[in-house]
Amino acid sequence: MSSELIQQQKKLPAMSLRPQVVQLYKNLLYLGREYPLGYDYFREKLKNAFIKNKDVTDPEQIKMMIGRGEFVIKEIEALYMLRKYRTMKRRYYDNENNYRVNKDAQ
Amino acid sequence: MSLRVLVGCKRVIDYAVKIRVRPDKMGVVTDGVKHSMNPFDEIAIEEAVRLKEKKIAKEVIAVSCGPTQAQETIRTALAMGADRGIHVEIPAKEMEKLEPLHVSKILAKLAEKEGAELLIVGKQAIDDDSNATAQMTAALLEWPQATFASKIEKTDGTLLVVREVDGGLETIKVKLPAVVSADLRLNEPRYATLPNIMKAKKKKIVKMKPADLGVDTTAHFEVVEVCDPPSREAGIKVEDVDALVSKLKEAGRI
Repeated sequence: MSSELIQQQKKLPAMSLRPQVVQLYKNLLYLGREYPLGYDYFREKLKNAFIKNKDVTDPEQIKMMIGRGEFVIKEIEALYMLRKYRTMKRRYYDNENNYRVNKDAQ
Repeated sequence: MSLRVLVGCKRVIDYAVKIRVRPDKMGVVTDGVKHSMNPFDEIAIEEAVRLKEKKIAKEVIAVSCGPTQAQETIRTALAMGADRGIHVEIPAKEMEKLEPLHVSKILAKLAEKEGAELLIVGKQAIDDDSNATAQMTAALLEWPQATFASKIEKTDGTLLVVREVDGGLETIKVKLPAVVSADLRLNEPRYATLPNIMKAKKKKIVKMKPADLGVDTTAHFEVVEVCDPPSREAGIKVEDVDALVSKLKEAGRI
């Protein structure tokens, strides 16, 4: 076989993972809308992180990176949940301790 | 006995947004401001979906009153696991004047119409902090109410609810059908991820007007003024204990 054909054969399993990678990117981007440091900041970081790995061809490595991406999604969801819970708790439940008389003073 | 659950969710200004009073001092700035589902309502939806996952509920219906954008809130509820949605259309101008009593009448009518056996709402909305809708809806339906719920368990035909009250926790038993209002520690709501939002697009949202339910949304209140709370004064440093004591006496504290 010519070396070109071999190269193409090597790319095929990697290419079949492309939809998953694209979906991961979209999911992360959607999540980034609420990022505390701003959507633009998040989008730039996300783009750079994906572009840095654009030449990876080994399917096993790609799968591992997708797994890492999904872990990051879970981390961000946890961040959002904690942030919301803590803010709500501070706003509505800390009056018993009289730390905050004015609910907007935070 | 598998329940049909109706959940009310309100579209409010996002909890993380810094609120600004409008220049005309008749409300707060809402144009171009990020809105999302009331956090306590997210907890309500989460609880209903969990009841469905435990096979205690058979159907979860999400209801929201408001302008067209309220549909985004319903979509979030559907993405979290609700089965279908009801959008009670109320134009933005009327929405400003909508009161808990109107919402209660709407929810009560819907609960009867849909044959719901359980109505869950958040305990209060973070914009008006009324903490009245659940209570009034229960009264209109003549259903028992379990408010500030931090735990819900189903036993035959009744609910065992742990309530968060000032003195601690109170456990009560309420017969079904009932109204429950969700408190912060009831559960941790799941995040509505993009794949879930996409899947939820297939779910139906029915639109209707308050008039279709025979509810009159004439305002009973008139907003006179909206203003900022007084800003926190800077602290004063004193040099010694005597100065502290005299300052306290001056302020009438001792």
